[in-house]
Amino acid sequence: MAFGAFQTAAPAATAATPASQRKSPIALWLLLPGILYLILFFVTPLFSLVITSFQEPVPGGFMGEYQNAFRFENYVTVVSTYFSHIGRSFVYAFLATFFALLLGYPIAYVIGVKLRPYPLWQSLALVILIAPFFISFLLRTIAWKQIFADEGFFVGILKSAQIIPADAYLTGTPFSVVFGLTYMFLPFMALPIYTTLEKLDLRYVEAGGDLYANPVTVFRTITFPLSLPGVISGTLLTFIPATGDYINASRDFLGSTETAMMGNVIEANFLVLQNFPAAAALSLILMMSILIIVSAYVKRSGTDDLL
Amino acid sequence: MRGFGKYLLWVYAGMALTFLMIPIVYTIIFSFNDSRRTNIIWRGFTFDNWTSVCDAQDVCPAFMNSIIVAGVSTVLATAMGTAIAIALVRYRFKFRQATTLLLFLPMATPEVVLGAGLAAQFLQLGVNKGLGTIIIAHTMFCISFVVVTVRARVAVLDPALEEAGRDLYGSPNQVFWRVTFPLLVPGIVAAALLSFALSFDDFIITNFNAGAAVTFPRFVYTAAARGIPAEANVIASAVFFLAIALVLATQIRGAIKRQQLAKAG
Repeated sequence: MAFGAFQTAAPAATAATPASQRKSPIALWLLLPGILYLILFFVTPLFSLVITSFQEPVPGGFMGEYQNAFRFENYVTVVSTYFSHIGRSFVYAFLATFFALLLGYPIAYVIGVKLRPYPLWQSLALVILIAPFFISFLLRTIAWKQIFADEGFFVGILKSAQIIPADAYLTGTPFSVVFGLTYMFLPFMALPIYTTLEKLDLRYVEAGGDLYANPVTVFRTITFPLSLPGVISGTLLTFIPATGDYINASRDFLGSTETAMMGNVIEANFLVLQNFPAAAALSLILMMSILIIVSAYVKRSGTDDLL
Repeated sequence: MRGFGKYLLWVYAGMALTFLMIPIVYTIIFSFNDSRRTNIIWRGFTFDNWTSVCDAQDVCPAFMNSIIVAGVSTVLATAMGTAIAIALVRYRFKFRQATTLLLFLPMATPEVVLGAGLAAQFLQLGVNKGLGTIIIAHTMFCISFVVVTVRARVAVLDPALEEAGRDLYGSPNQVFWRVTFPLLVPGIVAAALLSFALSFDDFIITNFNAGAAVTFPRFVYTAAARGIPAEANVIASAVFFLAIALVLATQIRGAIKRQQLAKAG
């Protein structure tokens, strides 16, 4: 599945022997349409963003009218205006990635290793793991919103059990946003880890046990390092979309104005306020910060050959 | 490990899987809610929402739009992506690094950036946004996923099979269509299904490039502010049941095959 997208040890893909690779003009024709398409609708839009991010309002023009310029101040303005949103995006995404790993690794381990002797149960558990992909993520987020609602029975139980004070609320808090993000990206975390654990050679684990290592040591020195490619791709598949997400933090879903993330301000500036330069500058800041964080992370993990 | 500790992992993973299912079950249950205006409080069981789905305003047209968008962009992305996947595995060419980077970047870019970028481009070109621009956007982000999925399949393909075809005097064309292509079909189908699912459920990129066109996720998003009608739950649940039936059938078939193989071996 595509969840191996970020996997370093893309098993067979890297094993493609150069001997079976030929040089032929056919290659060009196979590549051309898709590559051209991506250049037209992925690369040039990035340049459009750069151009837009430096634009200035047309003097005396209507709202949403801009002309090309070189206004670097746009960047300074958005960073100072939306500093807290930028920080929040990365903190929430980091927390969500952490919790998703905490929940996702054990799921992946149970399905990929423990359930191996029971193929039918393994398949069923896997279906549950991918089931969220088949039902609108907006409706699933709304479901959490309603479960967490002030008058809902869940909050009622927590209150009557005095776990939370009687005047407490869950929706619109950083808690519910991080919760929603964790939930939304849990399958993206667990699936790549599952694909590496499923191929884990259990003889290594047995060997560790034979050498009198306790289960914790075996996990720390054998199982976990071998599943690292999956962990890396899972964390990236969670962290990257989570930083840009604006559904969970939206006020109509699990957030409030106090939880707004970068995605929310980009959307508001672009689609509501028609402040295209601000939206473009924020988008580029978001993309650049992610690229920097990701490349540092990938380099530290010692895996350069992505895809 | 002994005693309770032995089961701790199972319990924990079981709870995590249950956690995944909660909003799904919730959404399905509330498709049967006898709701009037808003679908927040449970008022009793009814089949009415299911029998008269299209009575709710705008739900069905939005759903049809989503089907059209997902259908067209799946076909386009699968065709272009499959071609790239074959080229990547089978041929040597210059700019290989640049090509893989170009395929990797859209997957490593947050959706808001992809959406805002395309919208900025359409704005500069003065293109009117609508279903067409949504299709352009969806095709763009699906290509990379198709490449990754099909590429895994091409890579495990035994080149000896194609050699055999050539040895039997098959022309390159015949070898491709009679040997290579049929062997790739499972990978291509998987890629197409993934594209369809990604496109069907996409909201963020769509929202930036939709103009006045309403897809199903867009309908849900706008409705969220004033209350989502139960009919939206019906459509989501129906799609879910269909997809799950499909996945269960293939998974169970695969599991039974593996079990038989294990016994035979």
